[in-house]
Amino acid sequence: MRRGAVTLPPAPQVAGIVAAASKPAVVLIAAKIGAATAPGLRAPHCSRTGRDRRDRSRPFTRRKNRHHGRDIVDLHRIRNLSVVAHVDHGKSTLSDRILELTGAVDAREMREQFLDSMDIERERGITIKAQNVRVHWRGYTIHLIDTPGHVDFGYEVSRSLAACEGVVLLVDAAQGIEAQTLANAYQALEHDKEIVAVLNKIDLPAADPDRYAGEIERVLGVPADQVLRISAKTGEGVAELLDVICERIPPPSGEADAPLQGLIFDSYYDQYRGVVSAVRIVNGTLVSGTRLRFMQTGRTHEVEEIGIRAPANVAVAELGPGEVGYLIAGIKDVGEARSGETVTTAAHPASEPLEGYQDPKPMVFCGLYPLEGDDFADLRDALEKMRLNDASITYEPETSGALGFGFRCGFLGLLHMEIVRERLEREFDLSLIATAPSVEYRARLTDGSTVEVHNPSEMPEPQALEWIEEPFLTATILTPAEYTGTLMDLCQNRRGDMVRMEYLSPERLELVYRIPLSEVVIDFFDALKSRTKGYASLDYEPAGWARADLVKIDILLNSVPVDAFSAIVHRSAAHDYGRRMTERLRELIPRQLFDVPIQAAIGGRIVARETVKAKRKDVLAKCYGGDITRKRKLLEKQKEGKKRMKNIGRVEVPQEAFIQALRLEE
Amino acid sequence: MPRAAGPGPIAAPAAGEDRPFGVYVHVPFCVSRCDYCAFATWTDRFHLAERYVAACVAEIRRAPTGWPPSAGALSGGVAPPPAGWPAGVPRPASSVFFGGGTPSLLPARLLGQLLSAVPISRGAEVTVECNPDTVDTATLRSYADVGVTRLSFGVQSMVPHVLRALGRRHDVEAARAAVRAASAAGFAGRYSVDLIYGAAGESLEDWRATISAVLALDPPPAHVSAYALTVERGTPLAADRSRHPDPDDQADKYLLADELFAGAGLRWYEISNWAAPGAECRHNQLYWRQGEYLGVGCAAHSHARVRHPVAVAGVGGSRRWWNVRTPERYVDQVESGRSVVAAGEVLTPAEQRLEALQLSLRTRAGVPGTALAGWREDPALDGLLATAPGDRAVLTARGRLLASEVALRLHASPAPR
Ligand SMILES: Nc1nc2c(ncn2[C@@H]2O[C@H](COP(=O)(O)OP(=O)(O)OP(=O)(O)O)[C@@H](O)[C@H]2O)c(=O)[nH]1
Ligand SMILES: C[S@@+](CC[C@H](N)C(=O)[O-])C[C@H]1O[C@@H](n2cnc3c(N)ncnc32)[C@H](O)[C@@H]1O
Ligand code: SF4
Ligand SMILES: [Mg+2]
Repeated sequence: MRRGAVTLPPAPQVAGIVAAASKPAVVLIAAKIGAATAPGLRAPHCSRTGRDRRDRSRPFTRRKNRHHGRDIVDLHRIRNLSVVAHVDHGKSTLSDRILELTGAVDAREMREQFLDSMDIERERGITIKAQNVRVHWRGYTIHLIDTPGHVDFGYEVSRSLAACEGVVLLVDAAQGIEAQTLANAYQALEHDKEIVAVLNKIDLPAADPDRYAGEIERVLGVPADQVLRISAKTGEGVAELLDVICERIPPPSGEADAPLQGLIFDSYYDQYRGVVSAVRIVNGTLVSGTRLRFMQTGRTHEVEEIGIRAPANVAVAELGPGEVGYLIAGIKDVGEARSGETVTTAAHPASEPLEGYQDPKPMVFCGLYPLEGDDFADLRDALEKMRLNDASITYEPETSGALGFGFRCGFLGLLHMEIVRERLEREFDLSLIATAPSVEYRARLTDGSTVEVHNPSEMPEPQALEWIEEPFLTATILTPAEYTGTLMDLCQNRRGDMVRMEYLSPERLELVYRIPLSEVVIDFFDALKSRTKGYASLDYEPAGWARADLVKIDILLNSVPVDAFSAIVHRSAAHDYGRRMTERLRELIPRQLFDVPIQAAIGGRIVARETVKAKRKDVLAKCYGGDITRKRKLLEKQKEGKKRMKNIGRVEVPQEAFIQALRLEE
Repeated sequence: MPRAAGPGPIAAPAAGEDRPFGVYVHVPFCVSRCDYCAFATWTDRFHLAERYVAACVAEIRRAPTGWPPSAGALSGGVAPPPAGWPAGVPRPASSVFFGGGTPSLLPARLLGQLLSAVPISRGAEVTVECNPDTVDTATLRSYADVGVTRLSFGVQSMVPHVLRALGRRHDVEAARAAVRAASAAGFAGRYSVDLIYGAAGESLEDWRATISAVLALDPPPAHVSAYALTVERGTPLAADRSRHPDPDDQADKYLLADELFAGAGLRWYEISNWAAPGAECRHNQLYWRQGEYLGVGCAAHSHARVRHPVAVAGVGGSRRWWNVRTPERYVDQVESGRSVVAAGEVLTPAEQRLEALQLSLRTRAGVPGTALAGWREDPALDGLLATAPGDRAVLTARGRLLASEVALRLHASPAPR
């Protein structure tokens, strides 16, 4: 024990827990703080407008007086885990019960899915960002990371795993194993993490825990009698789960006196404090005020503040091995302290950095353009900050004739794209237009060179093109057996080839297809859900490239091509795209003083055509009782509207038409 | 940016000035509400009529906030008006217009009280809007007796199923009867007819039939207003998309009307108005010409030319304001000595220019040649404007239908000023 350590009597012996029980428990700082605070690692809300939700939770420094000398926790009494599961199986709700049961959040401040603190998460009812929190349970310090379940956010899960020794794998007791259950379980096994399998929602009338415990045993190899049964809603079984966590998940290992090695597993930019990182100490001790070296960038910074999230921010003087906390080192450059970075001390640096992360390859691309051209610099700034918080996005400047200056951005999936765009708009107060999502293609040219095509405008001319390849996926679908026929149909329509079909149980089937990414990206998931009343689930991973008969289709407005509406599509779908887009634009483009032809063309050949008829009447008939003001106001409004239109081939196109035309079908 | 109308200096009228001045009196009562109508009118408040008229009279006499020149402006060397002169009226009115609602619900006695509160110049035009089912010869005679010189009938259509579709209370025969009564009361040649085109189920032939029937009225009207049915926010019509008019159909009907009226000697002088030469409504022309008028009664609008406080000498500005919307509020405000003005604005020179362009473009007078530069450069305006004597540009029939677009394009183009 070090100076100033306060010891408590040994923790009460928990049934079945032997490890570390004999060691004295170390004091745990009182983590309960009056004001409700936004927990976890979140980008500030609307940082530019100052409507920063974090303002309330920016007590990083104010809490400093809470240092009680030393805060390092005994390694053997630490448990680090991630809660992983398929979407909606109850991870965040379980986290709620744990926060409640351990007293981290008191009843007055409690609300559902407490850790989902972003507005988008609350509105959509899903977790987007992994969220870490420290709780105390019967003498143990538990770092829990609530992770997202959606396939697009799998990267959040893998980053979280690096900070943990085990996972709680939740399975909905009324649904059983789903596609992301498998994906998450495999990830945990791959990284050698202890798995605590748990059936959740046993309070549901439709719950069938016996059946799904059997399924878990068959599919995942966890003995059925070791599968816990809980209700995250009622709290039933949650205390037992915490005990089992303490019992089964191994404590972290690490040397308090070794040179410091801390893994940054998440970061965001705070407008007042600069970069705020989530850090897991692997070896050594992180002490407030010391000078740190960031091993990837080689830069050094002095620690301004370290602390823990419990779930409110509490500053501490030291973080020891196995501990998870936050780190502020006055970093203003968003290119530093990114996920995967190792921190060590400048004075006694570690010889090796920790294994970092492989940034995932983006699968879907779209152009993001500011609605107001002046906002381009702001958008770049926003993307830089967003990338700090979400390392999976990529961006490169691009120019569009129709939309001006913007960025070609890469995402892990469509939901990811939608969420990032929405976060950019909300957190940085921007209005954006997104072009149609597309995947990345590879073209071999007649001169033997190969080019990557992220954007229809980069598509080589047909004469120069030898062949073109598109990315493929291995898609895993779990479905009740009765939907097999309709799903095989769907996959076939989307140019998929079956790889495997396997029964998980007499009623449940695993279908594995090799299928073009472009076919899955857009609306495959919705089609899957609607064909199976929501019962099928999907997971996928990249599976190489294959040649395909792809064409570029252009949309012409008054005979002028509009690059924002071009697309690369499979030849068989080209007419369809052309027809849909021209029809949609006919609805969206206001009538002008002349007829406006809207055409879809493949290499100069028109495949679809619509016309916006010239408008004949726009005047207001009546001007009554001397109310001239209203009339003038209406005209002024029209005038403002005109200002916000883009002129393309003499056609005035409202911004709204771009937004609507490029919006994905719901 | 519109500003609330503050007590800016108002150019005091020179004595005996003959610039036209109008008084609009709003009568906010109807027997039933037509479901396309968004005007300030009520079907359950006719019991307020006496108090309402008294309040209007009081307001004309004192007009505490709105109209009149402020004391400061008057002391600037101009003689104050004679004692007893109503403060709300800067000079004798050249036109008075009773609009609604249904003004013809008021007995002549009340109209007379209102008229005697307003100083009126000789030969002034005094119009009353009438719903055909509310009038007979005796009423109209009594109107003439108190000084009414012109009637405007809300005929709307001469086709039974169209009248029903519009939810009108009167039938075709009532319209004919009203015109006969007008003639008997001495209003022959001094009445107008309001029409609406674009009701659900109205064919182009129905519309032609309405126009023919109107032109065949005995005696025929010297003035017609024909309005494209407009979907006003918040009306029952707005909620029923199936009855919304088709703008192309309305364009056809407009062109047909213009042709038929012209053939009958009624020429257009404003987008929705046609008249025999000399029979144009003087009061409505004030509106298009950015003239001055006092609005009396609830929801009425007023307009005064002012010298803009920040403008350089000689740059005239304009102040517009309007009264509280409901009759009971209006009566209340007047009776308790408070202002009836709900809000107002002082126009900037730029706003005034846009307004002038927008309004005069609607009329036969058109816009001055200075606006022509933009027209010549914009191919989209081909066929929408024509030149007129005195280096002016006037909308063609097709152009009138697109007056908003034309105004915006002329406004946007860099024309010399
Ligand atoms: N009846 C019942 N409902 C539950 C239980 N646990 C969670 N739910 C409900 O299931 C839904 C999803 O719960 P969440 O906790 O948001 O699920 P999640 O796994 O965090 O979802 P993602 O973060 O989007 O992957 C919510 O409506 C919860 O109220 C449970 O034990 N019983
Ligand atoms: C305020 S109304 C008063 C006249 C009278 N109450 C009547 O309805 O006959 C004046 C005229 O406005 C026109 N009007 C009213 N509402 C309209 C609408 N929604 N669209 C087009 N014209 C309208 C009608 O032609 C009506 O005659
Ligand atoms: S009668 Fe005239 S003012 Fe009254 S509701 Fe009908 S259209 Fe409106
Ligand atoms: Mg969640």
